Formats: sequence, structure tokens, C-alpha cells
Amino acid sequence: MDCIRRILDGEKQLFHELIRPCERSIYLLLFSLLKNEADAEDAAQETVIKVYQNLHLFRGEAQFRTWVLSIARNEGLGRLRKQGVRKEESLDAASDEQSGDYTPAILTSWREIPTAALEQKELADLLRNAIETLPEIYRNIVILRDIEEMDIRETAAALGISEGAVKVRLHRARGLLQRELAPKLKAFAPKRKGLLWGRA
Amino acid sequence: MRIDCKHVWQHISEYIEGDVDAALRAEIDLHLETCEICSAVLDSTRNVVILMADDRVFELPAGFSRRLHERIDQELELH
Repeated sequence: MDCIRRILDGEKQLFHELIRPCERSIYLLLFSLLKNEADAEDAAQETVIKVYQNLHLFRGEAQFRTWVLSIARNEGLGRLRKQGVRKEESLDAASDEQSGDYTPAILTSWREIPTAALEQKELADLLRNAIETLPEIYRNIVILRDIEEMDIRETAAALGISEGAVKVRLHRARGLLQRELAPKLKAFAPKRKGLLWGRA
Repeated sequence: MRIDCKHVWQHISEYIEGDVDAALRAEIDLHLETCEICSAVLDSTRNVVILMADDRVFELPAGFSRRLHERIDQELELH
């Protein structure tokens, strides 16, 4: 809040430092909505300008990043409406009441985490494609909670949904990703001596 | 009450979050000790979550930050 007060008192250049930690979250949230790099970047710039112009309205009830992301989300949804993209969130949200039933990909042991393999473009592409093809209501949750590592409460506030809905959607999203990715990612896991992959 | 695999799968995400109560956690832990399939489902789900958090998966477009701050400078000059 001190930084915001100083910006409002005239130290305008401080706005660069205030917004810098939020840049990535803004872009990724907008990319998850708009699914296009150029549109997401344009909307991110517009979001940041709106944040600056409305900074005097920020009261500190929420975290600054949460407030910024709610502005980004509104910007993204407004663009989708202009493009005539029909929102189906209410339909999807109704199914939040259902149980989190799913059948995961059945594997044998997979304890290694192939982070080193992220140097390979194919692995990052695989992960990105799986996330991008999730239904929007799951994609947003994954972007904020698992990629930007926001907590459940902050994610719920940024998306304007309940914490319960975040948990249900997160569970479903992770289930879908596990089913899609686990069998493929296993091929990237480092092989250790004495450990046999693919044992039945 | 012994829980089955399906019951464990329903709570995988909450389990990873540390958001299950002590009694349920104990039941799941007990199940995982003897169920290779559920252990692998838990490991693979957790590993997917860990991999997604890596900044290399989603990188910002080249020059994104520079262009953003140039746009901010334009706005700061006007207002």
C-alpha cells in the first residue's frame, strides 16, 4: 500500500515496479482466455493501463495481484463478448455439484520427476498443449493455481468463484491432465540402474 | 472402514494440497502402503503438478515485458 500511496502522490515511475511481479500472471490468465499470443499481449497492456488509471480505487481489501487479475479477467471476457464467443461457464459451473469422479491413467511406479527433460522442447510442448486443450473453466484454475502457484483463496477471488468451486475444478483438471499426460511423460523420466519402467 | 481405489482417486487433488482431514489422510496413507496403482496415480498426478509450475513450460513472448513497460511509459507521460 505504501508503494501505491507514493505513486498516487506523484512518484509515477514506481508503477513499473508495482506491476512487474504481476506481469506473468496477467499474460497467462489472458492467454488462457483468448488462446492467442497477440490478443493476450494487447489485452495485458490494456489491463495494466486500466490498473494504473484505477489505482486510486484499490482499497487493499484483497491482495493487489488478485485485484489486478480480476481486472485482467474482465478485460479478457469483454474481448470474448465482442468477438461473439458464447460463454458457457454457467453450464459448466452447474456441474461443479457433481462428484469428482474420474478414472486416472493406470500406471505402475513413476516416482521420478523429469524436470531435466524440460530442456527438451517436446516435453514443454506436451504440457502446454494438454493445458491449452482443457475446457476454459479448468484451464483458468490450472493457470492460476498450478502454474502461477496462487493459493485457493486468491484463485477464487481472481476468478470470482467460490473456494469450493476452485477445489472441485482443480481436482477435475488435474485428473484430466494426469490421464492425458502421465502415460506420455513417463517416457521422459530419467532411467535409473535397477529400475525397470513399464513393469506390469 | 477401509477405503478403495476409487475413493482414493476422488481425494487425490485434496491430498496433494494437504487439504484432507487427519482421519482420511491416515486411511489414504494406509491404502497407499499396499496399493501400487494408487501410489503411481498419486506420484504421476503430483509430478504433473510439479512440472506445470516450471517457468519453462509457459514462457512469455520475447520482448513482452519491454513492450509492456514502453506502453506504461506512454501512459505515465499523458497522465
